[in-house]
Amino acid sequence: MKVSVIITLKKDVLDPQGKVIHQTLDGMGFDGIDEIRQGKYFEIDIKEIDKKKAETEVEEMCKKLLANLVIENYKIIGSQ
Amino acid sequence: MNSSVITFPGSNCDRDMDVALKKFGFKNKMVWHNDIELPRSDLVVLPGGFSYGDYLRCGSMASKSKIMKSVINFAKSGGKVLGICNGFQILVESGLLPGVLLRNKYLEFICKNIFVKINDMNNPYFKNIKKNTLKLHIAHNEGNYFCSNDQIKEIDDNDQIALFYSDEVGNINNISNPNGSMKNIAGVFNKEKNILGMMPHPERMIDPALSGEDGSIFFENLINNLK
Repeated sequence: MKVSVIITLKKDVLDPQGKVIHQTLDGMGFDGIDEIRQGKYFEIDIKEIDKKKAETEVEEMCKKLLANLVIENYKIIGSQ
Repeated sequence: MNSSVITFPGSNCDRDMDVALKKFGFKNKMVWHNDIELPRSDLVVLPGGFSYGDYLRCGSMASKSKIMKSVINFAKSGGKVLGICNGFQILVESGLLPGVLLRNKYLEFICKNIFVKINDMNNPYFKNIKKNTLKLHIAHNEGNYFCSNDQIKEIDDNDQIALFYSDEVGNINNISNPNGSMKNIAGVFNKEKNILGMMPHPERMIDPALSGEDGSIFFENLINNLK
């Protein structure tokens, strides 16, 4: 089963990279942007075939390593 | 006094730290990250560098390496653990210290001499130290200290802030903040103050021929406090 996870910075954490990307896009003429936040995306191929169990295991991985919960949120966005 | 310096793949200040510790009288041992047991130590140092290539988040991989289980047990039973630069990042990632170190505010790697003001002397690292401000060296890309509002209040109330970035005479202001750190924080303790994490490198300031001697003041004072 393949589980997809995105990790994003929490709202009140400064994201200077997102800010610079925003400014650059602005300079390229994409002037309708309010804000850009950069994040991370993981595809985890896991042996477990039960969807619920696989997602629970990935959630553990997020809590223990993939995300730092002081500054980041994680979200499982799909499993197939 | 026995000390141990942990070498992770990608550590690059481990040998400088070894030289510094020996110069001021520590019997130091180098310990590989894949080892399981710590030698008998009065001080364990996590050195600077780029452990595991800074993959995922700085210090995140190293915080899960084999030796860290022993380091965490040692720290939790009151052992002195000092993390410098990447070592500080490893300490926050392992949960031994509060907060996190974000990318520098202006997205640049900063390598320069700075001043820090010592905030708390009621601890084994800075007790009896003769100066209020130290001239040290920083070299990092992720040194921007951050924590939640609740956490910052807690560490402030518990006097866990060890060092502030300041000017030469100890003024703490925006101009003396190199990387955007919350409240100019350059180093923090755990609640019991046996664990210290700091971004500046005292081991780079132990020789007048190289850059300065305020690191010597730090190490000399530290070994005297541990005796």
